[in-house]
Amino acid sequence: MNLKKLKKQVQELTAKANFSLGSDVSGLLAKAYRLEKNKRAKNALKQIIDNADIAKKERVAICQDTGLPLIFIEAGKKITISNDLVEAIKQGVEDGYRKNFLRRSIVDPLKRGRSSYRGAIVHLDFTPKVSGLKITVFPKGFGSENKTRLKMFDPTADFTEIEQFIVESVQLAGAQACPPFLVGVGIGGTSDTALLLAKKALIEKANILNSTEKKILKKINMLKIGPMGLGGPTTCLSVKIRTQDTHIAGLPVGVNISCHALRRATLQIL
Amino acid sequence: MKYLKVGDEILFSGVIYTARDQAHQRLVKLKKIPFDLEGEVIYYCGPSATPKGKVIGACGPTTSSRMDKFVEPLLKKGLVGMIGKGGRSKSVRQLIKKYKALYLVAPSGCGALLAQKVISKKIVCFKDLGPEAVYRLEVEDFPLIVAIDSFGRSIYEDL
Ligand code: SF4
Repeated sequence: MNLKKLKKQVQELTAKANFSLGSDVSGLLAKAYRLEKNKRAKNALKQIIDNADIAKKERVAICQDTGLPLIFIEAGKKITISNDLVEAIKQGVEDGYRKNFLRRSIVDPLKRGRSSYRGAIVHLDFTPKVSGLKITVFPKGFGSENKTRLKMFDPTADFTEIEQFIVESVQLAGAQACPPFLVGVGIGGTSDTALLLAKKALIEKANILNSTEKKILKKINMLKIGPMGLGGPTTCLSVKIRTQDTHIAGLPVGVNISCHALRRATLQIL
Repeated sequence: MKYLKVGDEILFSGVIYTARDQAHQRLVKLKKIPFDLEGEVIYYCGPSATPKGKVIGACGPTTSSRMDKFVEPLLKKGLVGMIGKGGRSKSVRQLIKKYKALYLVAPSGCGALLAQKVISKKIVCFKDLGPEAVYRLEVEDFPLIVAIDSFGRSIYEDL
């Protein structure tokens, strides 16, 4: 693989993630705007949609919090992963941030001090069912990340308890995390897996929901937090759940919330 | 300003100063603040870097409640307004009433749109903090909603 070319591609991918929303998210926003009746909430949705248009046209970040960049690498059957390959991808993200005037938001957790562009988090998965390489850049803003929750349920817990936990998590996020939200839920694995699954759920198409997800979405929208916390039925645009096998003694559930500025872009190679 | 009441939507033109977590921590420790806060407004914001040919990068509000613990000393120094996003604590709401100040919210997550409302940007202090430094921004028609008015009335529930 030509690593120099890959680095450039990832650099542009990083810009794309920060400057434009996916069509699934922008479609959901447009639909919410059409249906919203509360005047203030409608105006807030209009601002959100205008903002995304301006960002794309002017190549300015959708949000000044250009997040902590997460990189998801999925390596198919024909891909050999090397240190150099991962390094090229990380460098591509870093260059993408620097060259596109995105915000350097990464610091030592305790010393704080001067922030930098270096420190993207890499998740690597091997996916033998597909052949090529898939790279997703996901700048995760922290207004919403700070609202993350994890609960280790009893294995005999009723699913309604899980639903309640998800709804309650959104309620706690409130106006601070930039509603309307997109909610990712991870169920199973270990504690860390549950939260990672929740994050991965946010990468999936946000406009295709199963019946359980739709039901929870409805419940969340009864909270009436609304865009910017101004009320109305548009608190949440999407709920996505991902599951993985877990231990007989446990049932971990992670909830990861994204603000309306859910930014992620994917590149498929080969 | 005291005529503005909770829920009012306004277009603000004038000067605001950016400051967020680290800048606040420094400002409250300093005996003498490097700029005059009397009658001024602080904007909880850490802008993105400035693209070539533009006044400022994306510059939307950050979560206000993280600054709750720093509010009183700054009100004492003459601060009259704060701009951010989300609700505040009960004590901040009471302080706003006591000092006859205002808390306003800007459209959250709309940094690209708000960048178009900024006419000029000048560094004031704490340059080493990069995006967390204090900048003086001149804005025109900056869209805001009064979230807590000088009577201590709030559109949000207390946090
Ligand atoms: S929560 Fe999202 S939209 Fe809000 S400031 Fe953070 S990154 Fe931006």
